[in-house]
Amino acid sequence: MTDNIKLKRVWEQLQSVKDPEIDSVSVVELGMVEDIILDERNVTINMLPTFMGCPALDIIKKNIEKEIGNLAIFEHIEVVFIYEPPWTSDRISEEGREKLKEFGIAPPPKLDKDGEWHVDCPYCGSTYTTIDNIFGPTACRSILYCKGCKNPFEAMKPISTMM
Amino acid sequence: MNIASVEEAKKDKAYHKALTELLYQLADDDFIIAFRGSEWLGLAPHIEEDVAFSSINQDTMGHAAMFYRLLEDLGEGDMDALAHARNAKDRVNAVVLELVNGPGNYLKEPKYDWAFAVVRHFFYTQAKKLKMESLKNSTYEPLKHVAIKVNMELYYHLLHWRTWFTQLCQANGDAKSRMMAAVDKVLADFGGVLSLGPDAALISQFGLMEGEEMLRQRFIQTMTDIFEKVDFPPFENKLGMKNGDGRKGEHTKDLEDAILTLGEVYNSNPAAVW
Repeated sequence: MTDNIKLKRVWEQLQSVKDPEIDSVSVVELGMVEDIILDERNVTINMLPTFMGCPALDIIKKNIEKEIGNLAIFEHIEVVFIYEPPWTSDRISEEGREKLKEFGIAPPPKLDKDGEWHVDCPYCGSTYTTIDNIFGPTACRSILYCKGCKNPFEAMKPISTMM
Repeated sequence: MNIASVEEAKKDKAYHKALTELLYQLADDDFIIAFRGSEWLGLAPHIEEDVAFSSINQDTMGHAAMFYRLLEDLGEGDMDALAHARNAKDRVNAVVLELVNGPGNYLKEPKYDWAFAVVRHFFYTQAKKLKMESLKNSTYEPLKHVAIKVNMELYYHLLHWRTWFTQLCQANGDAKSRMMAAVDKVLADFGGVLSLGPDAALISQFGLMEGEEMLRQRFIQTMTDIFEKVDFPPFENKLGMKNGDGRKGEHTKDLEDAILTLGEVYNSNPAAVW
């Protein structure tokens, strides 16, 4: 198997590793996979943590080891969390943003030039929303309310090096 | 100067010592304030605050874990042991962060003071923000990367505590006088947070972080502006270390009690994987 094929298989397999707390979105779509390094029969996967206090990181690490192990092409699999570059919310792919919405979570809003942000309702698309709590059930989420369709919803917090 | 790896950091003994000293301060500070914060779980003034405060504490504990990890990488031992199994006298957190939330405990008649919580967490988060800004230029690269990450998350913590502080200071009733009393209590020991300890000179000489005088000046300036904004009496520089210098291992009984409580599960089986 050539290195290119191995790399392709690893990327494909990582699609099946989901965020344990948002199980429609993969770690690839969340922009958490920084680098895959092949070395003979070994592989190192460099991952970027979203939030540092996130208790899901250990689970994600184990799930990656298991899934990549299932490929049965590597003797040794290493999953490392690195901090350079820092994960930012604009790393989430377009597919990832759509899948977040399907899960009922608004994707992280883009910051305007003043660092302000606004979130539209993931259900009805209304812009008539209010923030209930910047902090939500997990470190990366906020709680909002849509005055259009009268649903509470969650949004992923924007995270940027500009902050 | 730029130190990219553990091996390089270990080459110069004095550098290594200053670096580990600074990391212990950052780790122990975050660890104990996150623990004190977590004792508020279920007791915060309203349910949304319970969600927000516990999220902040979890995040802060994550920051402590990162600093302990950097120490583990430098050969200081297992990070879980560093967090749970060290005696009070070996810890270098600032004393103001270890003080109990108030009389009673979370199991029995907690009479915790929310004004004290808001002021302590706001002042601490502000000071931590100033430190992280400075650490973004640290000569120790692994620390620099962690600081950039922590700094982004801290944005939300600071926004949260600044909002509480501003609103309570401008509220009617007994809020203002209670906030003033809390400010006095926190400031009396807050010199400890802004101290870099016995190795302060080395820490700044090696470019690990800017000097403590710079940190104090920036903190005083920031607080002066905010006090003015909330229409409080002018901020007075009453930064002290009334209950001891934590950076030298001086602590109160509050810390000893906290270590017994927070280490209970860990000590029941230190070899267990949770």
